[in-house]
Amino acid sequence: MSDGAVLHGHPEVRTTHEVHHDEHHVHHHQETFITKYVFSQDHKMIAKQFLITGMIWGVLGGLMSVIFRLQIGYPDQSFPILEQILGRWAKGGKITADAYYALVTMHGTVLVFFVLTGGLSGTFANFLIPLQIGARDMASPFLNMLSYWFFFTASIVMLSSFFVQTGPFSGGWTAYPPLSALGDASPGSKTGMDLWITAMALFVVSSLLGGLNYISTVLNMRTKGMSMTRLPLTIWALFFTAVLGVLSFPVLLSGFILLLFDRHAGTSFYLSDIYMASTQQALPNEGGSAILFQHLFWFLGHPEVYIILLPAMGMVSEVLSTNSRKPIFGYMAMVGSLFAIAILAFLVWAHHMFVSGLNPFLGSVFVLLTLLIAIPSAIKVFNWITTLWRGNIRFTPGMLFAIGFVSLFISGGLTGIFLGNSTLDIHLHDTYFVVAHFHIVMGVASFFGMFCGIYHWFPKMYGRYLNNTMAYIHFWVTMIGAYLIFWPLHYAGLAGMPRRYLDYSSWESFNQFSDLNKFISTVAMIVFAVQLMFIFNFFYSIFKGRKVVTQNPWGSTTLEWTAPIRPGHGNWPGEIPEVHRWAYDYGKDGREFIPQTEPVNPDESKH
Amino acid sequence: MSTTAIFLLAILALGFLITFQIAKASEYVSILKGEKKAFEQTNKINAFLLVAFLVLGLIGVYWCNKLYFGRTLMAFPAASDHGEQIDKMMYITIAITGFTFVLTQILLFWFSFKYQHSEKRKAYYYPHNTNWEILWTTVPAIALCVLVGFGLYYWYQITGDAPKNALQVEITGKQFGWIYRYPGKDNTFGKKYFRNIDETNSNDLGLIWDDKAAQDDIVTTEAMYIIKDQPVRINIFSRDVIHDVGLAHFRMKMDAVPGTPTTMYFTPKYTTEEMKKITGNKNFEYEIACDQMCGNGHYGMKGLIKVVTPAEFVLWRAKQKPKYTDAVKPKDPGQTIPATGDTTQKTVAVANTVSAALKN
Repeated sequence: MSDGAVLHGHPEVRTTHEVHHDEHHVHHHQETFITKYVFSQDHKMIAKQFLITGMIWGVLGGLMSVIFRLQIGYPDQSFPILEQILGRWAKGGKITADAYYALVTMHGTVLVFFVLTGGLSGTFANFLIPLQIGARDMASPFLNMLSYWFFFTASIVMLSSFFVQTGPFSGGWTAYPPLSALGDASPGSKTGMDLWITAMALFVVSSLLGGLNYISTVLNMRTKGMSMTRLPLTIWALFFTAVLGVLSFPVLLSGFILLLFDRHAGTSFYLSDIYMASTQQALPNEGGSAILFQHLFWFLGHPEVYIILLPAMGMVSEVLSTNSRKPIFGYMAMVGSLFAIAILAFLVWAHHMFVSGLNPFLGSVFVLLTLLIAIPSAIKVFNWITTLWRGNIRFTPGMLFAIGFVSLFISGGLTGIFLGNSTLDIHLHDTYFVVAHFHIVMGVASFFGMFCGIYHWFPKMYGRYLNNTMAYIHFWVTMIGAYLIFWPLHYAGLAGMPRRYLDYSSWESFNQFSDLNKFISTVAMIVFAVQLMFIFNFFYSIFKGRKVVTQNPWGSTTLEWTAPIRPGHGNWPGEIPEVHRWAYDYGKDGREFIPQTEPVNPDESKH
Repeated sequence: MSTTAIFLLAILALGFLITFQIAKASEYVSILKGEKKAFEQTNKINAFLLVAFLVLGLIGVYWCNKLYFGRTLMAFPAASDHGEQIDKMMYITIAITGFTFVLTQILLFWFSFKYQHSEKRKAYYYPHNTNWEILWTTVPAIALCVLVGFGLYYWYQITGDAPKNALQVEITGKQFGWIYRYPGKDNTFGKKYFRNIDETNSNDLGLIWDDKAAQDDIVTTEAMYIIKDQPVRINIFSRDVIHDVGLAHFRMKMDAVPGTPTTMYFTPKYTTEEMKKITGNKNFEYEIACDQMCGNGHYGMKGLIKVVTPAEFVLWRAKQKPKYTDAVKPKDPGQTIPATGDTTQKTVAVANTVSAALKN
């Protein structure tokens, strides 16, 4: 024990009983390019693979939105450049309805699943769990590697659907049957939908392999002294995220399999009473329920928004505390509210279905459960704000994104109180109000959490800093742009303007916002350009960024900053450090910060 | 590629290049100045920008409201009784969330500014305080009870059973349009079955002609006529994929699901003509918008509701022919329904039925 305590101050020191780790190092040097960068089993490399794949998808998904925003903003103009990108999908520079819906659908699918689930959870769960709990790697590095490669395969299959004759799936990311089940109802529901289902099935496999790994690692592989209540909030958040994913993704997969049967095996799970005007035929299916799919879909679909949001919340808590130089306020309340959100996430799915003909009594139960989520959310917001109170705040780019996250979470969370109330949902359902709500709270806010994480842990990932000036430009343009784009959209929603229309000019009720749509499209393009600048900053800084010279550049208490600047496979060259205290001893007893590895001094004040 | 596109790309590239050069230069400058000094400077700038963002943001919120509120539906009275309840609920929610929004955003940005890094300040070690936490658990809980209470009170009124005297209309969605059906004199909808749908023989809904009740049913795609101040119960069907009957002005909405009938009811408060005056838009129409993604023609799936006075409704109704006449007569001229020659007599009969329904 005492021997260990000495070690923690000097993690580089090696002792004789560390022989097997030396062997580990020998092994490390024998790594080939393939095992190090491609089929890597190092959690840090897998995290980077998830991140970079997610970034590629992020650019593609963002580009799709820019293209369809051109259509919404300028429905009467043509853009010859679009014909060069999209070919026959944009004959004469005007995108067709088929292409518009394909782009909208893919934008949703890609950003929700491939960027904000795979790219966000995949990156930070992989990177931070072993480093922050003090483990050499995941419980199963091999399954972890498979998790990435299933994600990669899913990406390839999804990407290939863009190149089939009938186009990618175009029935909205929620893929409601019968539209998604019948090729005759929409060209995108032909081959494109089979590829979409295949890609999503592979994605679910990836997510399960990853999730099981995260859970077992957090539960079993914490270093000595790292009790669950000493875990940084990032780990708690990533842990609950993994639990949500493991419990809900299989339900989604079952929904997709039934859909596949309906498409190809002649079953009637979701189909009943259908007459196809395009073929002038009544289909043989009877007795199915289209609503069944919605239950299965949203049983994942709602936890999914927390799968996206919780990691962001965790990282924001960590970064806010570190840069306020103050402990996170109400640690146990923060863990408790994460837990409450995780439980409630499973009990609110039908609030997406208030106007689907759901029994009104059932609807009222879901209203109550949905609005309950506002309580843990309120606790989190006030705790974050109190964390800032009387701090000594450093505005690193990560910190700015964390503050931006809280602001967006408030704005988007409050509009959730409108939509979760069935009475208001009748009016607002499937209007731009919904678009504004979930883009702010789930889309942009989670992106802010992700950026916050990238800026904060980039030095740990690559041993270099991102360029600060570009980072500040990135933050401010994105922050202002996000509000400029999504705030006015609430008004379009209050005008009853439906989502997923590519042209409103023929509607007497919805044609009053054409100037607003032009404005929003322009801002969206600027914000997208700034994201490209961020991507450039990211890759440029990997190679040319300012080097990190100290082991703990942010003055953090957590374990990842006790590892070498560029940790090898196994993370700590010597023994894994032991933990003696919680993760938030900032500003205690007049000290700037006390690392988790430092034993508790008997004279120390209690908290 | 057009010259404008090349020009725009060139500007974009130049912008990138300039930003990048400035970014690189500022990194060198910060090293020259000393990291500490550079940090203090940027920290001050960002703290200022945060509070500026708050102030400009709140002004922006006010300005945005001024600019766009008039274009929302909230600027005019709701066109149905349920809509009025929904608007009340909306204002209650806006009041509570609006207060929370302003309070928390001000605290967030103000604290960020006020407690920006300073050499003189030491962060205050404040890990928890049970009283505060109880406060911001209970206050939101109470606020939510208010919202849930009002919400469910209205919800049960809106989703309750339609009154007995409600006008019955059926609407069926298909890719990409709406079909409306009224029961005939017997005030009963005839039976239908989807395998009977036969578009070439004008049986778009698959009515079973053997059923007497179906023979006098009126089927139209022109518009749905409903009566001012009389409750209307709309029975909703879909023929192919899921659609949604979106009635923005009445604040009502309900999915049309193939195989699962749904329903809604409300009482329209203003005729189409009155609404033209209220909104000041002489082209105003109650449009039915499909609010559920239903395929590539989704954005054009428009229907029409005409709210008329009882007298106008009687006139309109009198002019409608049962679908049975179109569908069966040309094929089987022997089996006609009772002669349509005496139109005046028929009009009176229909008018009597309707006024009897209104009195109930």
